[in-house]
Amino acid sequence: MPSVCFYFQVHQPMRIKRYRIFDIGRDKEYFSSTEGKTDNKAIMRKVASKCYLPANSVLLDALNRHPEFKISFSLSGVFLEQLEDYGQDVLDSFQKLVGTGQVELLSETYYHSLSFLYSQDEFRKQVLKHRELIEKLFGVTPKVFRNTELIYSNEIARVIEDMGFLGILAEGADHILDWRSPNFIYKPKGTKNIKLLLKNYKLSDDIAFRFGSRDWSEYPLTADKFSQWVGAVNGAGETVNLFMDYETFGEHQWEDTGIFKFLAALPREILKHKDNRFHTPSEVVSRYNPVAELDIPHYTSWADIERDLSAWRSNAMQEDALKSIYDLETKVENCQDESIIEDWRRLQTSDHFYYMCTKWFADGDVHKYFNPYESPYDAFISFMNVLKDMKVRLVESEKKHEHKVPIKKVFA
Amino acid sequence: MFGWEFPPYNSGGLGVACWGLTRALVSAGVDVTFVLPKSFPLEDSHCEIIFADTTLGALKLKPIQTGLTPYLTASEYARAKGKSGQYGHTLLDEVLRYAELAREIALEEDFDIIHAHDWLSFLAGIEAKKVSGKPLVVHVHATEFDRVGSGSVNPFVYDVEQEGMEKADKIIAVSNFTKDLLISNYDIPASKIRVIHNGIDENDFKEKNSIPVYLQKLKEEGNKIILFVGRLTLQKGPDYFVKTAKKVLEHYKKAYFVVIGSGDMEGRMLEEVSREGLSERFIFAGFLRDGLRDSVYASSDIYVMPSVSEPFGITPLEAAMQNVPTLISRNAGVGEVLTHALKADFWDVDEMASKIIAVLEHPALQKTLGENSRAQIKNVNWKNAAEKCIILYNEL
Repeated sequence: MPSVCFYFQVHQPMRIKRYRIFDIGRDKEYFSSTEGKTDNKAIMRKVASKCYLPANSVLLDALNRHPEFKISFSLSGVFLEQLEDYGQDVLDSFQKLVGTGQVELLSETYYHSLSFLYSQDEFRKQVLKHRELIEKLFGVTPKVFRNTELIYSNEIARVIEDMGFLGILAEGADHILDWRSPNFIYKPKGTKNIKLLLKNYKLSDDIAFRFGSRDWSEYPLTADKFSQWVGAVNGAGETVNLFMDYETFGEHQWEDTGIFKFLAALPREILKHKDNRFHTPSEVVSRYNPVAELDIPHYTSWADIERDLSAWRSNAMQEDALKSIYDLETKVENCQDESIIEDWRRLQTSDHFYYMCTKWFADGDVHKYFNPYESPYDAFISFMNVLKDMKVRLVESEKKHEHKVPIKKVFA
Repeated sequence: MFGWEFPPYNSGGLGVACWGLTRALVSAGVDVTFVLPKSFPLEDSHCEIIFADTTLGALKLKPIQTGLTPYLTASEYARAKGKSGQYGHTLLDEVLRYAELAREIALEEDFDIIHAHDWLSFLAGIEAKKVSGKPLVVHVHATEFDRVGSGSVNPFVYDVEQEGMEKADKIIAVSNFTKDLLISNYDIPASKIRVIHNGIDENDFKEKNSIPVYLQKLKEEGNKIILFVGRLTLQKGPDYFVKTAKKVLEHYKKAYFVVIGSGDMEGRMLEEVSREGLSERFIFAGFLRDGLRDSVYASSDIYVMPSVSEPFGITPLEAAMQNVPTLISRNAGVGEVLTHALKADFWDVDEMASKIIAVLEHPALQKTLGENSRAQIKNVNWKNAAEKCIILYNEL
């Protein structure tokens, strides 16, 4: 009786506009592009109409029809913030989904950042900030954590357990699982109680990547066929974790592939097999015990064929940009200027560094498709110029700060 | 194969391309007879070279050592000719004469395919086809539109180009950019055109080049070198290079601009540089060859090619060979194979300056661009180009 555990990642970065050296000191609106691929509002509206609104409507219908149907989402803070600005209809539709009681929301860093890799302090702040936003908008408190792009290691699990979470998600990559199955719960090495859920990447990617591919031998994938594959796990696993980007529905796989019909039919087909159940990540965590300890000392992720950090950290530009932004941490913390702190954090979103990735030869197509800039070099140039402007603002803010202190002292 | 120039007697990329392509064809087992319009003392050639003039003696009577380059527009030629006043015919006469001589050569030589490079040799190719009945391939490295920029197209040249392409059995374009231009401006059906990008052979380049002493000194003082290589003509955008330099210097003081090449705009460029007060920051090195030129590439922090029109453009590949990042005109054909490059519209001086400054300021950007472009051009070689030519030959 395997559990089917759906988790959909929902995220849109705040893309930086083309920002030239001449803009430094003159333009603080880093994310206000009105140019095609970096126009955040236009992109949000496009994806809303192609994916979020139709997919939410399909899911709401399925949830109402099948009380046993359960799903989970992770909604990034920068995504939700944008919805508050220009996606109220989308926000409403997510609130309706959560309102059914059949939808769990997961925890992540507010800024969809790589902060864990650079500053545990900053990482914790972003996780807490995200929790506050989820509580404010949805009235629920996340209990299971997933890190940006499923970046994971023993160390992350330890910190997350320390923060009080019951479970954590990771990629079921071959190189960490070896002969083991992703369809069980594991105990991360060095932790006490937290449980690890692993993505069944084979079945997840059948939907996320192969669904509309006509040269795939299983094409076309029907809900019936897929639910048989899920059912085949029976006896060889306890949970089938189907983790994927929510934009799979309508944005990566277009409507004309039949993806929405598939999504609509899937709950019914899976529930036809009476042994199957849907469970959310926290339900899976409470139902099953770890079958073994899993030791993952090195970072893994769900990105690219390497399933490592190379999508964000494989060339000198990416390392330079990441180091530069986190080098500012202390100064930013001390500056007490909310707008600087906010901008600094928005610049930590992992997508900015993903756009600078130059490994185009092996699996570059995905990178190119998602890159709003003409090249990774252009992404780097705009980012570093913006960072320079941040530094100018930091210096100005320090000056202001200096003036304030003596005046207070005089009157004290 | 009919050409117009060949290294070391070349003034630009056409000769380099003919050299690289013929060598790779010969290595692949193709017998190449390369016909040139006039005689040069050529050493160590990899293919048989025939000089139209020595074979038949006609052109030798009036050796045209100046003015006759494939890059001259007909009006420029007339101007140059007018100054010296000693030549009894125009560039167009030369082209027609070459065609006549080509007919004689075609009758004597044994061959299977005729391959003619650019308009100057198109008529020669057509004549050879007439007398031999062998299939003709015309290879378009540049069109009249590229050469004259916004100026007026010479109708004779245009007609020769069009006739060559119409009478050819297949057309090779050096880029998709050129292919599109042939379709839109010459009304050539797309199915007749095959894109074969130029290449570069890494064995022709030394890995380490000694940097010229003067440039070395500038670098030691913390200066950065921005390089321009190309004929100083409208087509190559030297004027935009000067405008960009001015903009760069407003924001980045320790920069020097090195110009390699000569051409009709040299005087104008010098004037512009001194009028803007940039003379101290500009180094004009003239036309440099091989080793010396490569050493200047190697000492550069970024190579800039602001061409107004660039059907292909081999020089960015030469820069990449030295791990030097390149900033190229967005519509340059070379950008189709060198994607690890910065791109900008040639008229967008702000954008070019911004990108140059970024490279000067961020060693990480310079390193990533340099290394990736060097790695990428391993596959942009003449062997691949020759293989594509052979496939094309076998279809005829």
